[in-house]
Amino acid sequence: MADETKQHEKENPESSSRRKFIKNSGFVLGGLAVGGILGNLLPAKDQDSNDPPPQEENETAESFTMALMYFTPEQYKIVEAATERIFPADDNGPGAKDLGVAFFIDHQLNGSWGLNAREYMQAPFFKGENVQGYQGRLNRREIFDIGLREMQNYSMTKYNKGFVELSEEDQDTILKDFEEDNVKLTTISASGFFKLLRGSTLEGAYCDPLYSGNRNMAGWKMRKYPGSQMAYTEIIEKGFEEIPPQSLRSHLGSHS
Amino acid sequence: MAKKLPKVDVVVVGVGWAGGIIASELTKKGLNVVGLEKGKERKTEDYFMVHDELRYALRYEMMQDLSKETITFRSNEKIRALPMRQYGSFLLGEGLGGSGVHWNGQTYRFLPYDFEIRTKTIERYGKNKIPAEMTLQDWGITYEEMEPYFDKFEKMAGISGEENPLAGKRSDQYPTPPMKKSPQLNMFEEAAKKLNYHPYILPSANLSETYTNPDGISRAACQYCGFCERFGCEYGAKADPVVTVIPVAKKTGKFEIRTHSYVRRVLKSGNKATGVLYTDLTTGEEIEQPADIVVLTSYVFNNVRLLLTSQIGRPYNPQTGTGVIGKNYAYQVMKGNATGFFEKEEFNNFAGAGALGMTIDDFNGDNFDHSDLKFIHGGSISITQTGHRPIQNNKVPEGTPTWGKEFKANSVKYANRTLSVGGQGSSMPFKHHYLDLDPTYKDAFGDPLMRITFDFEEQDRQLAVFLANKCSEIVKEMGADHVDSLKELGPYEITTYQSTHNTGGVIMGGDPDTSAVNNYLQMWDFENLFVVGAVNFPHNSGYNPTGTVGALAYRAADGIISYSQKGGILA
Ligand SMILES: Cc1cc2nc3c(=O)[nH]c(=O)nc-3n(C[C@H](O)[C@H](O)[C@H](O)COP(=O)(O)OP(=O)(O)OC[C@H]3O[C@@H](n4cnc5c(N)ncnc54)[C@H](O)[C@@H]3O)c2cc1C
Ligand code: SF4
Repeated sequence: MADETKQHEKENPESSSRRKFIKNSGFVLGGLAVGGILGNLLPAKDQDSNDPPPQEENETAESFTMALMYFTPEQYKIVEAATERIFPADDNGPGAKDLGVAFFIDHQLNGSWGLNAREYMQAPFFKGENVQGYQGRLNRREIFDIGLREMQNYSMTKYNKGFVELSEEDQDTILKDFEEDNVKLTTISASGFFKLLRGSTLEGAYCDPLYSGNRNMAGWKMRKYPGSQMAYTEIIEKGFEEIPPQSLRSHLGSHS
Repeated sequence: MAKKLPKVDVVVVGVGWAGGIIASELTKKGLNVVGLEKGKERKTEDYFMVHDELRYALRYEMMQDLSKETITFRSNEKIRALPMRQYGSFLLGEGLGGSGVHWNGQTYRFLPYDFEIRTKTIERYGKNKIPAEMTLQDWGITYEEMEPYFDKFEKMAGISGEENPLAGKRSDQYPTPPMKKSPQLNMFEEAAKKLNYHPYILPSANLSETYTNPDGISRAACQYCGFCERFGCEYGAKADPVVTVIPVAKKTGKFEIRTHSYVRRVLKSGNKATGVLYTDLTTGEEIEQPADIVVLTSYVFNNVRLLLTSQIGRPYNPQTGTGVIGKNYAYQVMKGNATGFFEKEEFNNFAGAGALGMTIDDFNGDNFDHSDLKFIHGGSISITQTGHRPIQNNKVPEGTPTWGKEFKANSVKYANRTLSVGGQGSSMPFKHHYLDLDPTYKDAFGDPLMRITFDFEEQDRQLAVFLANKCSEIVKEMGADHVDSLKELGPYEITTYQSTHNTGGVIMGGDPDTSAVNNYLQMWDFENLFVVGAVNFPHNSGYNPTGTVGALAYRAADGIISYSQKGGILA
């Protein structure tokens, strides 16, 4: 398996960096002066020494992004446990916890997404029809604050224990009750919160590791997704091929 | 008081495909053009970090900021329209090049039937085939008249394709050969042929090979990178106004682009436009740009909105069916599709291009008999391979829970084992589907938002299931072990992405009573004002719109040039 991977890298320049891709690949234009990016793809000088270290070597390095920007430690733990139920570790590979999903959500809430900064948040607010989409006045930070608190309250009422302390089955029951609106909340919709949690779990499992999720590209590896490659011209006409994944970081070296 | 600038020949509002094409054609002929674009400047070098699904596909990096401006929506007149607070059903482009930067590049020509749809439907099936509420109209132009403009657009963009046996006659071949065929496309082709359909490779603006267009612009070939729609092309391979028509216009020295310029009103005196009023978003300054000719190319919603807020043209009245501005809003019926699950085979679904696909038109337009069907028109049916990015592609067989152990196992298992075939259904106009100004909700300047009143009709429900069944039949023939397909369309909802193929509102036609613009896209009652885009479509066909939008933009450019010479209503 490992050998196959190496072999592949040799044969397929598109799985190495942008600069190498331009240097090695058949991406030639027959002497045509093509505008835009192509001139810029070729660095002014050879920058081998500036290339970031290969990603594999970095897997064990300390990750300074595993800290919190928004959640309290308690909120973080609930999110970690809940997202692991949504996307659990199994024979295929790691679950949400080991992929860093809770850190991903924490970091996202700290930015424009958490504040719904690029969404229409003007009054008046009316309860709409389902077909009209989200009509609440709360932003995602507020929804997470309320949703997590209510999960904790519901767990205490139902089982006399905090969500994190529950068995996996009981955690699933709580999540299911949220998903199916069996929990009646006043300020937010329980199912709306669950949807948000599920959606951001998948985002955290499969985003570029740049965002602190999909740790070590393990989410991608699990489904044989090659991440960010320069080109697929060599394989587009062929049957399935597994290509070792590459993240956006590999693209930085060639034009920094 | 607004600052008043010196007068120019032409001011173009919005610089996407329509605005860019018009600017390039007019400046080549020596006219001085100012292009006002509310978004930012764009260039290919911006896309070094573009293979980022979260940023571009889920956080809508390239789309209009909805906090400043959105639309409102209601299914019918009985309910209160509410704002589209987050993106869903369609995406609004913004910035130089507009949506032309982050489109797929699937570039079709509408069918001869489309342009004369009312006449041809009545000819074949009689008047009663058209429901009373369906405001079906001919376009005031024929396919034969459109053909040279289709050809021009395709040569400018370098469309890669092959002859479609069921489409209108072509004066010339596609300028570049078809895209490469993946095994998935071959499977579709074989299955379609076995079923006696007529498959052809999807006409693509992604460029199958290096190409130099008639304007002397050279572009590289597509690399099938799998990050195309919603993303900009880092190779300049995808035809986009920024790498095609805009540099041509700039080179003449007669095109001045002002980005961050938000046009708020068309100014007028009597029955003539005198210029536009805009806000420089970087300084907040209000600026008046006088011009001999004003061209609106600001996409469907702002084209209609600017006319209504500027009190130009006759607003549509859905009660009486009179008036034209806002009339015949239509969309697309996208949900009639089928997904096949393949147990024995994996595919390179991660690879692809925005317009890599195969299509059949056997159930599009009037290519089949509708005598016993409860709908008119139809849709194209395609397999497309645009790159299954992992956050947004987690297909699991029906009955799988949406989360937890089984969901994870199935979504991982089938990640490279599903193939979908989809119908792109046409959308007919109805008396009660229209655009007007929202009475409550405002944009960042305090101007009313555009309000959409729209829902799916019996026509759409019938069509969607019909297309889904055809898709399902093809996927089975392709060898799928299990097929899931649409059973029922349901109401139109604004929350899930369907397509950015909004049409109508300033429709073209041969009669000033029932249309807003003539077949040069010149306003009947404001002769120096041209409005161009899918906004001109009296109905929407079973294809993506931009091939036809591009052709109309070339047609409008011809009209504007002759108007600048002789004036008057063009005929
Ligand atoms: C993800 C996606 C995929 C698509 N794929 C396809 C496809 O494969 N095939 C196809 O045929 N079509 C496709 N489309 C649709 C296609 O992109 C559009 O039909 C086309 O780009 C429209 O061009 P336009 O010039 O009419 O409008 P736009 O490209 O929307 O340009 C309008 C411009 O006007 C500007 N503007 C608006 N209001 C103002 C104002 N008040 N003042 C100043 N500027 C203003 C906007 O910022 C924008 O830049 C796709 C769309 C999307 C979003
Ligand atoms: S798929 Fe082709 S056209 Fe689309 S962005 Fe990638 S290289 Fe460009």
